[in-house]
Amino acid sequence: MNWDSSAGRNSHKMKILVPVKRVVDFNVKVRVKADQSGVELANVKMSMNPFCEIAVEEALKIKEAGKATEVIAVSCGTAACQETLRTALAMGADRAVLVETDAELQPLAVAKLLKAVASKESAGLVILGKQAIDDDANQTGQMLAALLDWPQAVFASKVEIGDGSARVMREIDGGLETVEIKLPAVVTTDLRLNTPRYATLPNIMKAKKKPLEVVKPADLGVDVAPRLKTVKVAEPGKRKAGVMVKDVGELVDKLKNEAKVI
Amino acid sequence: MAALVIAEHDKTRLKGGTANAVTAAQEMAGEVHVLVAGSGSKAAADAAAKLAGVTKVLHTDAAHYDGGGPENYAALVAGLAKQYSHVVASASAFGKGFMPRVAALLDVAQVSEISAVESADTFVRPIYAGNAFATVQSSDPVKVVTVRATGFEAAKEGGSATVESTPAGPDKGQSTVLSQELTKSARPELGGARRVVSGGRGLASGENFKMLETLADKLGAAIGASRAAVDSGYVPNDCQVGQTGKIVAPELYIAVGISGAIQHLAGMKDSKVIVAINKDPEAPIFQVADYGLVGDLFQIVPELTKKI
Repeated sequence: MNWDSSAGRNSHKMKILVPVKRVVDFNVKVRVKADQSGVELANVKMSMNPFCEIAVEEALKIKEAGKATEVIAVSCGTAACQETLRTALAMGADRAVLVETDAELQPLAVAKLLKAVASKESAGLVILGKQAIDDDANQTGQMLAALLDWPQAVFASKVEIGDGSARVMREIDGGLETVEIKLPAVVTTDLRLNTPRYATLPNIMKAKKKPLEVVKPADLGVDVAPRLKTVKVAEPGKRKAGVMVKDVGELVDKLKNEAKVI
Repeated sequence: MAALVIAEHDKTRLKGGTANAVTAAQEMAGEVHVLVAGSGSKAAADAAAKLAGVTKVLHTDAAHYDGGGPENYAALVAGLAKQYSHVVASASAFGKGFMPRVAALLDVAQVSEISAVESADTFVRPIYAGNAFATVQSSDPVKVVTVRATGFEAAKEGGSATVESTPAGPDKGQSTVLSQELTKSARPELGGARRVVSGGRGLASGENFKMLETLADKLGAAIGASRAAVDSGYVPNDCQVGQTGKIVAPELYIAVGISGAIQHLAGMKDSKVIVAINKDPEAPIFQVADYGLVGDLFQIVPELTKKI
């Protein structure tokens, strides 16, 4: 492919936007509400989605390597998401934007909000988690890329920023793939991209003074009405209790004669 | 109206749960068409035409779909989608890459990785790593849906659909695949294997996985692993079974030295028969196992390999 590098953005002045999501902490065993309207969220520990932490880390590494000038964290949701943004700021993001709403936000709506923020900030790269561990949708990055008409590299396990382009190693079925994408672009993170840093106490204190702007979806001209209706949320089917076998002989016998799978 | 299934293929054969997506599409719409895009892919289009329930195959012979670039695929599919009630693909790495783009271009929601079809507009999908199942209803004019292959049988051969040539969309030229490193193995592919032997941290090294490979080869099984084993570098990333790895539902799943973190259980608990081998009788894996055996895997696995 013949790329005119002057057509790409000057990566030395590139801003990176990192969307982050507040979710139920990954160590919490979720419970379905008795009325099947959703899962129990009252008094449950909330944290930054683990894939988003990886995204923040990657953005910071790119900035530290001199390939970007600013890392802007953005979150969409209730006022409580300020806490998640403060975590991103404590890790090292320069400033934050909260798109504040109490409405239920689905991936398409989030992608539209992020498009508005990315355009307003003239971001040259958006790095976000491949999926959130609550709805497991794995959609927002791809939708955002489509709305911006930008290329995407999803499930990244290595990111190298070049001049007007990026090389991304991606996790695919059966192995790995390396793609070259033009910038600006959207990258989503897989688990093995990096190990996120911990926020140190001095940085947590410093983060409290970093700028955090609050806007509303209406300020961005985005209709966030949900497109999918959740009819119900149910517990998964339980497996019936199994048996303990005493030795390999009994196991082989059960597999052959009872389960008939070998 | 018909459903359009987007095929994943290697030019000659269908891959990645495409035949399972065809079955899911049949539950959604009265008629199923399949799109096969890519240069030299006529054989794959013919294979799609032979699937029972498929009435038409749209074939686009163009090199800018080789490698499955999501930007080009999404543009092509979004252009065709308006004639369909549903656009369906398997929730493989390929499907997950371009399907949300299709939905965004159409300004509709995408329904991710469904495990069941309730009706033409209502689907069941796992959330919170399979610890809950949401039933969701879409009011969008086109339903864009990815399908968890383990939730649906693969459509069998027995059809004789027509293959029609359909024009290619634009080459957006936004991304290029430079290289692929695919794990070479004579064993069955993990996602679709009938039997899976998985190892965890209990194996203690990559070297010890050889023991599992011997067992797997005797059973004709694929090799899987827990996230702990992958993170420790015992086996490559693509062996990982779990919420963030592969979702499998084989007839037989043998978990060796795997404690059974929620993350891992999410990827295998729909298996028909689960065997757990672990030295810790309290390991959570035993709660989902049909047959549990407490003991030293370094003695049990060779003995099992011998006796099977």
